[in-house]
Amino acid sequence: MSNNPSNLKYAASHEWVKTEADGTVSIGISNHAQELLGDMVFVECPAVGRKLKAGEECAVVESVKAASDVYAPISGTVTAINPALDKAPEAINTDPYGSWMFKLKPDNAADINSLMDAAAYQAHVDSEAH
Amino acid sequence: MTLKQTPLNAAHRTMGAKMVDFGGWDMPVNYGSQIDEHHQVRRDCGMFDVSHMRTVDIHGEGVRTFLRYLLANNVDKLQTSGKALYSCMLRPAGGVIDDLIVYFMREDWFRIVVNAGTADKDIAWMKEQAASHAPQLKITSRNELAMVAVQGPNAHAKVWQVLPQTKAATEGLQIFQAADCGDYFVARTGYTGEEGFEIILPATLVEAFWDNLHKAGVAPIGLGARDTLRLEAGMNLYGQDMDETINPLEAGLAWTVDLKSERDFIGKAALLANPPTRKMVGLVLLDRGVLRGHQQVHSAQGVGEITSGSFSPTLEKSIALARVPKEVQIGDTVQVAIRDKMLNAKIVKYPFARNGKGLI
Repeated sequence: MSNNPSNLKYAASHEWVKTEADGTVSIGISNHAQELLGDMVFVECPAVGRKLKAGEECAVVESVKAASDVYAPISGTVTAINPALDKAPEAINTDPYGSWMFKLKPDNAADINSLMDAAAYQAHVDSEAH
Repeated sequence: MTLKQTPLNAAHRTMGAKMVDFGGWDMPVNYGSQIDEHHQVRRDCGMFDVSHMRTVDIHGEGVRTFLRYLLANNVDKLQTSGKALYSCMLRPAGGVIDDLIVYFMREDWFRIVVNAGTADKDIAWMKEQAASHAPQLKITSRNELAMVAVQGPNAHAKVWQVLPQTKAATEGLQIFQAADCGDYFVARTGYTGEEGFEIILPATLVEAFWDNLHKAGVAPIGLGARDTLRLEAGMNLYGQDMDETINPLEAGLAWTVDLKSERDFIGKAALLANPPTRKMVGLVLLDRGVLRGHQQVHSAQGVGEITSGSFSPTLEKSIALARVPKEVQIGDTVQVAIRDKMLNAKIVKYPFARNGKGLI
C-alpha cells in the first residue's frame, strides 16, 4: 500500500522533500520511517545557517525505542527549523508529511531531480522489507 | 536462523502486532503505540505474552538445601507454600548467570522461572551443580508451558472474571506468592511495578486464555512497553543492566544477596573478596534529549555508564539506570555524553514510578 504523496520526492534514507514556492525545500521523514521508529519523543534539528552536504547526518529523531539519524537529502543551507516539533514530536507519527523538520536553500535546485518519486520510493521500501 | 515462536504468535499477528527478533524469539514489540500501551498498564491493565520465559521445576528430597547453595538470595526466607523470591544465580567469580524467581511449593518441589535468552545455559548450570551436590534431584525444563502476565490496577479483577475457578485460591495471595490451581499456576508477581498476576499454563490452553482476556477488555501489551514499565519500576533487565561480567552488588541488587548469614553459596567468596567500587543509580535528564544504554556518565568522581535508558511516559522525561563510581551521591548533577553534546542529568533514587504514580 502506498500512502506517500506524489508531490514529494524521497531519499533512500527515508526523508521526504517538498519544494516550496520560495525555492526552499522542506524536509521530513516518511510514513514508513515513523512506523519503523514508533512513538516519537524528541527531535533534534540542525542549526539555522548550517551548510549541509547531501547524505550528511544533520538531525536526529528519537522514539521511545531508539534514536535514528536523519540525513540531508540534497546539499544546501538550513533556513528554518520547525519549532512545533519541540513540544509535539508525536506530530511526526500522526502527520508525517505535514511535519517538516527543517528547510534548506538548495545549493543547486536541480539536485532534487536526483531523488525518488513516490512510486520509486515505495518500491524501495518494499525491497527493504524482504 | 528461524526465529522461535510462542504459542501466541498467530494471535499477535491477528491483533496487528509489530513483530521483532527478541533474542531469537519472534515477539510483539507493540500493537500500535508503545506509549499508549504503557499508560494502559499503569491506569487500567494489560496482558503480556511472556511464554518465551522458561519454567524449571526441581523435584526431590533436599531441594531447599541445594537452592541454598545455588542461589545468592536465601531460600530460607520461603517458609509458606507458594512464596516466591527474586534471586541471582552466580558464577563462582560473582558474575550473574541469570536473575530469576524461585517459588517454594513443597519441600520436594520448587519452581524457578528464568529468562528466555539464558534458559539453556541456566539449566545446564543447575544440572552441573546438582550432579555434584544433589544428584537425587530431578530438574525439568517445562517447555510445554506458556506464560501470560496480566498487570495493572484492574488485573486481578480481569483474571478472576476469566478464570473464576482460581479466585478462591488467589484472592488471599501476598505479593510474591503463587497458588497452584490445577492447570493454572497463578503468581502475584510481575515486571511492571503494578499489581497483577503472572499465570503459567499449558501451551495448549494459552490461546483461549489470551482471547478470553481480550474479550474481557484486557489490551495486549508489547515488549516495548514492558521495557519502559520495568525501567520506571527500577527493575533490572538481564543482559543489559547486568550479565556474567557484573556482580549483583554493582547492579543494584545487594538487597537480594545474603552475605550476613553463615550460609555458603556459589559466588559468595568472590563477593566478599571484592568490595564494590561502583553502584547503580537512577538518572533523570535535565536537558532535552533521550538517555540510552552505553552513554557515558561523567561525574566529579569519575566516569560511569548508562545500562538502560529511555523516555518515561509516566514522568514525560528521559530516565536511566547507570553504573557509576560508588562515591557519586543522590542529588548530584552529572553530565551524559549524547552524540556531540554533554547534557545535564540528576542522580536520583529509583524506582521512578510504581502503582500508577511517578515517584520523582
